Amino acid sequence: MELLLDSLFNGVAIGSVLLVAALGLAIVFGLMGVINLAHGELMMLGAYTTYVTQLIFKLPILKPFYNSYIIVSIFLAFIVSGVVGILLEKTIIRKLYGSPLETLLATWGVSLILQQFVRSVPLAYGTGLVISLLIGLFLPTIFPSKIRESINYKYFKFSSWIFAALTGVLTGSVISSSVSKLSRASARNVDVTAPSWMRGQVEIIGTAFPKTRLMIIVITIISVIAITLFLNQSAWGMRIRAVTQNRQMSDCLGISTEKVDIITFGIGSGLAGVAGVAVSLLGSVGPNVGGNYIVGCFMVVVLGGVGNLLGTVLASFGIGIMTDLIGAGRLLSIWPDMPLPLSNTINFFATTSMARVMIFALIVIFLQFKPTGLFPQKGRMVEN
Amino acid sequence: MSLSKIKFDKKIVLSFWIILIALIIAAPTLLPVFRLNLLGRYLSLSIVALGVDLIWGYTGLLSLGQGIFFALGGYCAAMYLQITSSTEFPNNIPEFFALYGVEKLPFFWEPFRSPVFTFFAIWIIPALVAGLIGFLVFRNRIKGVYFSILTQASLLVFFNFFNGQQKLINGTNGLKTDVTQLFGQMVGSESMQRIFFWITAILVIAAWFFAKWVVKGRFGNILIGIRDDEPRVRFTGYNPVIFKTIIFSIAGGLAGISGALYTVQSGIVSPQFMTVPFSIEMVIWVAVGGRGTLLGAILGAVFINYAKSLVSEALPASWMFIQGGLFILVVTALPEGVLGWMQGDGPRNLLQRFGLKRKIETYPSLEVNKKGDDYE
Repeated sequence: MELLLDSLFNGVAIGSVLLVAALGLAIVFGLMGVINLAHGELMMLGAYTTYVTQLIFKLPILKPFYNSYIIVSIFLAFIVSGVVGILLEKTIIRKLYGSPLETLLATWGVSLILQQFVRSVPLAYGTGLVISLLIGLFLPTIFPSKIRESINYKYFKFSSWIFAALTGVLTGSVISSSVSKLSRASARNVDVTAPSWMRGQVEIIGTAFPKTRLMIIVITIISVIAITLFLNQSAWGMRIRAVTQNRQMSDCLGISTEKVDIITFGIGSGLAGVAGVAVSLLGSVGPNVGGNYIVGCFMVVVLGGVGNLLGTVLASFGIGIMTDLIGAGRLLSIWPDMPLPLSNTINFFATTSMARVMIFALIVIFLQFKPTGLFPQKGRMVEN
Repeated sequence: MSLSKIKFDKKIVLSFWIILIALIIAAPTLLPVFRLNLLGRYLSLSIVALGVDLIWGYTGLLSLGQGIFFALGGYCAAMYLQITSSTEFPNNIPEFFALYGVEKLPFFWEPFRSPVFTFFAIWIIPALVAGLIGFLVFRNRIKGVYFSILTQASLLVFFNFFNGQQKLINGTNGLKTDVTQLFGQMVGSESMQRIFFWITAILVIAAWFFAKWVVKGRFGNILIGIRDDEPRVRFTGYNPVIFKTIIFSIAGGLAGISGALYTVQSGIVSPQFMTVPFSIEMVIWVAVGGRGTLLGAILGAVFINYAKSLVSEALPASWMFIQGGLFILVVTALPEGVLGWMQGDGPRNLLQRFGLKRKIETYPSLEVNKKGDDYE
């Protein structure tokens, strides 16, 4: 019983990281039919945001609030990855609408650039750049339309970008002069240390669970609930669902598909940032951290089907639990006296990397019976 | 987008071939050993690029997992070389087996004692694996982005498998070939490398003609039909699954040959051939050269790799930026690749922009719907 609980918990913990990471990917894929290969790098940005936030909270002014930095960094990671995602949508993905394979290649290019960016640009100035992007993209939109109409919009936009650039440079240099660790570029991995209240273990029903893992599960539950509420209760959520179901029809009915695309892509990328916070709690953070998770996310999307959150949730936890069951060889301890050939096979696959091999084989077999995933979208089109 | 758009004089074509053959024969004396070796490697990579062009440029299947078949070919060749030159090691098996306490050659390596079997295995095994993966995926009408990410996932799976199996294939260390013997000669020696260069050059040309033959005629037309409108091909009475499986396994076989040639020239095959970035790079060679042009794939593979080695020697950090930029640029600004652009309206448009060539008169009606996106 205890063993089963342990295994279930480990599986849920693996699955919940996958879930936050795949959630954004699945929503964007459902809406735009686009797979974002830079998703892993957006996670990496989220993880680095956690690191930067942690260092900034060590400054004397913010020191009293140090223990809450992880909560703050969740929101900051959402914003940072979201802004980068919106920029990506506005500059590249929108131009490639209707050709998903080309988008795949272009986003791979973006992921290469992002990886090299964190290697060769000091994090302080990277932060400055993100801040100026944030201001440049959103400053023009927050003013009421009366003010916007009274001035020439072009000049207005231009001056706000100048303001944004100045603020970015200013914050960059302030951070780089006050936190010496952020002032130099480095390709080395960095470590995020959890605040004291998150270290150690909690005992539930006689089994000890590490607190960081519990925290990740909590983050996942909150993100899933927030996304479900947003998609099902808000006006923009309804528009997103409408466009996901039928783009042309929604366009005809007056929904701005352009805005829907931006919002969805921003939210999807933001969720990647949140996943990055979770990832930073599990191990050290480096430029390649996203690549370890991205293929797992693809499997979740393939297995879960398009445009259905329940499918994504089930697929992530399914893959998570299977990874733990196979990878740690737990089947043997649950059923100790199984026949020899079977137990040999299980031993053969009892490592994390071999578990992946097994799970992929299982997914391919599954796809032979249900090619469109757990919850396929109903339709009568030839394509899809 | 075919080569037939430009008609060359027969004399020009003949002299082109003579110059090309002369260059290939003379290359070992013209180039220093290091550069010659690099050129040979890049030429062997152009064979896998031809395969990518066949499946992506002609059939519209973007595979991000060609590294699997590339590495399989490499492993077949390397294992044969290791086995045949392991007579002085204990148990007559390659040295690394002793490190992991393996005393008998694993059964599936047994046939690789024979050179004839190996010769066929190098391209048939990757082709069979590709055919199997392709059939299982295409059978369910999985296509587009789904296909791409499934191939990428299978690439990662193969990587994990090969990386973890020390006892069978020396795991992450890979198999070395440069100190092995072939026909009494050391594979890594200069004279042997020269021969490998010539073999590679001949095979590239052979593969090019083979690919041209594949895309010619009805078979090629169906491939292009699948790329442009697969449901319509199906409704016309063809079964796209068969054609897609065949072309995918052809590309797999080409990748296997390419991998074997690359392995003997670089001196090692390892799971690094199955990393995700390497397989995506293959796509970008084709994209830059011009997809659907075949020649573009060869030129793209050679030139981009050459540029990569030059840039990496001078400024190691900047290659990632350049490569990333190349991906974005080629997809957004030059979707037909360099060769496709040259064969199309590209040069004329460029000259027109600078006023060097007169604009062609067109009917206004021809320019409406130019993009053709109203038919979606």
